[in-house]
Amino acid sequence: MSVLVFAEMQDGGFKKAAKEAVTYGRKTADMLGVECHALVLGGELPAEASQLGLYGAAKVFGVSHENLTDFDSKLYAHGLAEVARKTGAQVVVLPFTVRGKALGGRVAAALGAASASGVNSLPDLTEGFKVRRPVFSGKAVATVELKGELKVLSLMGNSIPPDDQLGSECPVETLELAIEAPGIRLLKRQKQEGSIPLPEAERVVSGGRGLKGPENWHLIEDLAKALDAATACSRPVADNGWRPHHEHVGQTGLAIRPNLYVAIGISGAIQHLAGVNNSKTIVVINKDPEAPFFKAADYGVVGDLFEVVPRLTEAVKRFKNK
Amino acid sequence: MKILVCISRVPDTEARVAFTAEGSAFDESGVTFIMNPYDEWYALVRALELKESLGGSVTVVHVGTAASDPIIRKALAIGADDAVRIDAEASSADFTARQLAAFAKSENYDLILCGKETIDYNGAEVPGMLAELLGLPFVSHAEKLEMEGQKFVLTRPVTGGTEVVEVEGPLVVSAAKGMAEQRIPNMRGIMMAKRKPLKVVPPVEVEEKVQFVHFELPPAKKEVKLIDPENMDELVRLLHEEAKVI
Repeated sequence: MSVLVFAEMQDGGFKKAAKEAVTYGRKTADMLGVECHALVLGGELPAEASQLGLYGAAKVFGVSHENLTDFDSKLYAHGLAEVARKTGAQVVVLPFTVRGKALGGRVAAALGAASASGVNSLPDLTEGFKVRRPVFSGKAVATVELKGELKVLSLMGNSIPPDDQLGSECPVETLELAIEAPGIRLLKRQKQEGSIPLPEAERVVSGGRGLKGPENWHLIEDLAKALDAATACSRPVADNGWRPHHEHVGQTGLAIRPNLYVAIGISGAIQHLAGVNNSKTIVVINKDPEAPFFKAADYGVVGDLFEVVPRLTEAVKRFKNK
Repeated sequence: MKILVCISRVPDTEARVAFTAEGSAFDESGVTFIMNPYDEWYALVRALELKESLGGSVTVVHVGTAASDPIIRKALAIGADDAVRIDAEASSADFTARQLAAFAKSENYDLILCGKETIDYNGAEVPGMLAELLGLPFVSHAEKLEMEGQKFVLTRPVTGGTEVVEVEGPLVVSAAKGMAEQRIPNMRGIMMAKRKPLKVVPPVEVEEKVQFVHFELPPAKKEVKLIDPENMDELVRLLHEEAKVI
């Protein structure tokens, strides 16, 4: 019996999502009184695989195969399911990232397991096996009971801080699996240079129609740079083509939960709030004191954003230079 | 090309979220239900565009009770050729995916499209489950879907960028923003939809593995703390010392 964590590789290494998932897996394993194992799948295994031990893995399984170089949900799901079966895992944990979302349901179906995705709490084992997860785009929280021997949990980002004090470097055991031929061929990869990926950002600065046009976006970008934050926008801004669609946060865009969300010139329609209201701290800057967003904010500034935002950027820079 | 589009029924994005006594279920009273926007705006419209340029048919499938018929008729009004309703409450992702797979497995679709997630349960699990149950390739959160010869070419997100991938069908795709633009059904479409076939089929037996046992609203926010717009150093101090986020 064990907990098996899919330690997702990004750019040849492990990012926060993988470390959070291993931390979560270890804490769940401790509750169940079993070992936590991590699984790394890829074309090549990174040297830092053994470092997953710091986050609580007792052992890392590695499967490297040229067919795993590019991501194919079928091959990855089958690899993960096979290792889960071989090692007697009772709980499989994945990060709820872009790839994790492509895998979670698929792995659950391959294993015939009960699954829950977007989980944001450790399991409650007092009666059955229950986890909590946001529903209705963050407007509510559900408690879900998972039945049967096998469970698959996809962990919402920023739900549990990665903890590198849960263990020490651990052994890496290479497994040989028969990997089928990939059905998906990568033609090209486009990187967004220089920006912080929105789903993983700890801090986000977001602009709405109040900015009046794309030519004013330097205000958002300057503040984001000072705060080491990603940039985002409301739906009308993306629909008007002021900003790319992948920056649209809200109910029909991306749902995010950073530690800090700064909303500038966004009124706070219910659909926008649904995508951001799980952020830890929300700052709203708007000239309209009646803007509904103030009701969801921790800190509010009623004022002209064209004056307030540069002032805030300077204040952040002063603070950073101290 | 033979295309299947899976559609869900969800509360309107404006709907007030409330629960029945003791949080046992979603309170549907006074709530308007709509077709899940990702299914309607992106999956269904892209399917219709492909049919218009390449020929073929678009079938919509839905797991739900007769209460869903209005959204199914809307899908037909937008342009789907026919519809199938699997007559059961879609109680979990696993249940829903198994119903869809049982229906789709004997029909030999070239392409199965779903929205990337529903806006009520946000699980994003059904498309991957369906792909696995049918043994098909799956491209998730696709922002573009084109045909080049016999192959599908898709753009999908990766952390910090996008990838363009090529896949031979049949396959399952979950659709995200960017794939198509919303279409409003016209009067002719609405009239025609009334005569298009809507077949109701019984569900297959599925063992329930997942149960939603309780719902609650998130804790209410404290009153907003208003900061003097002249004094942004104070805001920075609070973000550092009180909120501890910088």
